Amino acid sequence: MEAYKRVALARKKTRPTGQDFIDNLFTDFIELHGDRCFGDDPAMITGLGMLMDMPVTVIAQERGKTTKSRVKRNFGSSHPEGYRKALRQMKLAEKFNRPIVCLIDTSGAFCGIGAEERGQGHAIANNLMEMMGLKVPILSIVIGEGGSGGALALGVADEVWMLENAIYSVISPEGCASILWKDASKTKEAANCLKLTAQNLLELQVVDKIISENHRDFKNVYRELKIGLYKCFQKNQALDHQQLTEYRYQRFRKYGAIETITE
Amino acid sequence: MLNKGLFKKPKNELEAQHRIKRKTDPAIPSELCRSCPSCKQLSFTSDLENNFHVCPKCGHHFRINARQRLNMIIDQDTFVEQYHELSSTNRLEFPGYDEKLAQATLFSHENEGVIIGTGKIGSHKVALFVMEATFMMGSMGQVVGEKITLIFEYALKHRLPMIGYTVSGGARMQEGMLALMQMAKTSGAVKRHSDAGLLYLTVLTDPTTGGVTASFAMEGDIILAEPEALIAFAGPRVIEQTIRQRLPKGFQRAEFLLEKGFVDAIVPRSIQKETVKRLLTLHGIPKGGDQNGSI
Ligand SMILES: [Zn+2]
Repeated sequence: MEAYKRVALARKKTRPTGQDFIDNLFTDFIELHGDRCFGDDPAMITGLGMLMDMPVTVIAQERGKTTKSRVKRNFGSSHPEGYRKALRQMKLAEKFNRPIVCLIDTSGAFCGIGAEERGQGHAIANNLMEMMGLKVPILSIVIGEGGSGGALALGVADEVWMLENAIYSVISPEGCASILWKDASKTKEAANCLKLTAQNLLELQVVDKIISENHRDFKNVYRELKIGLYKCFQKNQALDHQQLTEYRYQRFRKYGAIETITE
Repeated sequence: MLNKGLFKKPKNELEAQHRIKRKTDPAIPSELCRSCPSCKQLSFTSDLENNFHVCPKCGHHFRINARQRLNMIIDQDTFVEQYHELSSTNRLEFPGYDEKLAQATLFSHENEGVIIGTGKIGSHKVALFVMEATFMMGSMGQVVGEKITLIFEYALKHRLPMIGYTVSGGARMQEGMLALMQMAKTSGAVKRHSDAGLLYLTVLTDPTTGGVTASFAMEGDIILAEPEALIAFAGPRVIEQTIRQRLPKGFQRAEFLLEKGFVDAIVPRSIQKETVKRLLTLHGIPKGGDQNGSI
């Protein structure tokens, strides 16, 4: 399938959102709000839930389903307080030794006056740095659109998985076409060049696993994720903290490592 | 305050001037003079050179290249460059990228968008990176990310403080997700250096944006900025397009970030070396080349 078709599928309005995944993967979920600094960001849902018999911290980007909820959720584009809320919950997960699940679905961190004033760049940077050192297992799943730094801010994990029709990109194909070629009609071509599909990214080792969507039967997706998450957390909880953070460091250290660029 | 001993002329001064001349208003015929983009007044090129490339009339900081910065900040003849030879390849076979790389190499006289190495600042030993705007706008691909990671790892191994000068248009889209991953990789290297109790000081220069702002630029223990430098996650044009309104004057400039609490201090070039030196002293960074024998 050509890359742009995946882009369209990943953004499809009827596609399950973060909240759907929460409802189907966890029981006893309780949402916990606020960054304790500025406010609560509705584009980011954070809370606690049970993954079978395992308490976990859940961080999910939420685009919204109806026009009204999409506006409320800012179409899934977080402000700095969203990233700070996520980090606050991750730090609590570390304190109470709970694994962390991150569900990525955003076209990007919000670009606006308030977001810049309150340090969007700083908030993302801080997440990247702190996630690298968290002493509990983290698993990130790109469920829809993984838009650049605003997605990566939840993507520094022990393993990164991707749904079959999800995309993950350094820039939107539209942005790429208009910046590089000053031509919006080249969006499809840009989508191809950016190597943003799950299959592309598996080959580049940016993601570790693709979750098949089984012709968009998400029941099977949820089942596979539930079992997969559980097994992965069990395995990683057996590691000591140093092994775990070393493993995570090396996972990201390999991209463009000197051995690969001097080949 | 002028201290002529602070700089050595860059080897590629002639070429640098030539480039600058092309970019200036064509109505100004002489390479003896440059017009200030801020106050529009003319200054003698030699006067600018003797004034840290700062407009003597209004204090505007002209954009300068990484070698010029090194000469301004590092004690003479103490800089030892590392991994100069690393250059990028077009791993994703992105259309036009090979040509862009070739052009950038010619234009910048550098192999990539960052210079790394060790040196002394007021006799204090440091490791540092200085980004180069003339190489594809200092955009971060795999080589830039790798060089920054390598120097942080070197600094960690030899227990050196890190000084980083940033200037960047963000992640390099021609390298796709492998460019984005450099934000995570460099942040990991910063984290390890930090966890070992070592100092990391950044100086944000005009412009520092995108994926560099959202990673190692904003991860310094101390964040300094040059006057009026644009420091942003999303660039002003992107924001104006998103929210469909004009941005207030001074928005995303260094002074604005200082007011909002995101930089520690704004430091003009004339006192930059002195300020960095004082901060190194205040952190008890040893002087001289004896420690670790690494310089
Ligand atoms: Zn001026």
